[in-house]
Amino acid sequence: MARELKQLFVIQRPPYKSENPKLALTHAMASQTAEIYLEDGESVVPTLAFVGDGVLNVLNNQQAMKHYGLSSTENHVQMSLLIDLRVLVCKEDLEARGIGEDRLADGSALGADMTIEVLPFSAIMAEMEAADQLLFF
Amino acid sequence: MATLTIGCFSSLVGSMSLDFAVKLAKAAKEKGHDVNMWVSGNGTMLSKKGQRAFKDYSYLAKTVEALIADGVQVTACEACAESRGFHKEDTMENFKRHSMDWYLAKCVVSDKVLHIGGE
Repeated sequence: MARELKQLFVIQRPPYKSENPKLALTHAMASQTAEIYLEDGESVVPTLAFVGDGVLNVLNNQQAMKHYGLSSTENHVQMSLLIDLRVLVCKEDLEARGIGEDRLADGSALGADMTIEVLPFSAIMAEMEAADQLLFF
Repeated sequence: MATLTIGCFSSLVGSMSLDFAVKLAKAAKEKGHDVNMWVSGNGTMLSKKGQRAFKDYSYLAKTVEALIADGVQVTACEACAESRGFHKEDTMENFKRHSMDWYLAKCVVSDKVLHIGGE
């Protein structure tokens, strides 16, 4: 019997200060291979939602490789878009920090068709209500 | 009886979240539930063998060994562990190591998932 688990990964923490945002991204991306452990018809469909200080994770032009020698959180966001994960960002939290949509990561640089969805918090709340599981990072 | 999966990303020392997660797993098992436990990030410290008990630090090795012996699947993120220098030979006996997809797959087949998070 088909069974699709909808998970919403809610990222509230800023990048680089802790490992949490990258763990959220890498766990969500791992959905691509989770099926090797599952029965036929079972699947995981993760969505990423960045809220609060978490919106800082999706800024473009991150220079983590230059300064830390690490692949950037921006690159992880782009990879998520490349594998067709939905990436939601809270509109009010961007506005509160003076961040325009022109400053957000662009997955097309890696060939992604998906783009970041900037949504009002009410819409992100609706996504939370529609999810089977919420994972906070 | 239900299947419970607990994910925890906090370190063994420096936070009491992992302490709570392990004790919750023990309580759930004692009530007869099937329990899976996933540790990632700093939580992979739990997998390290040779932990030594000190009075002022969380000490969970004996509890974890008992949980594993009782059928709880306790699994560490292999990449998170390796990046911290916790290699297979450093890992507690029967403490499993997998990639992150193991956790997501367990979420699918569980009645409840408690994601306790990290620091």
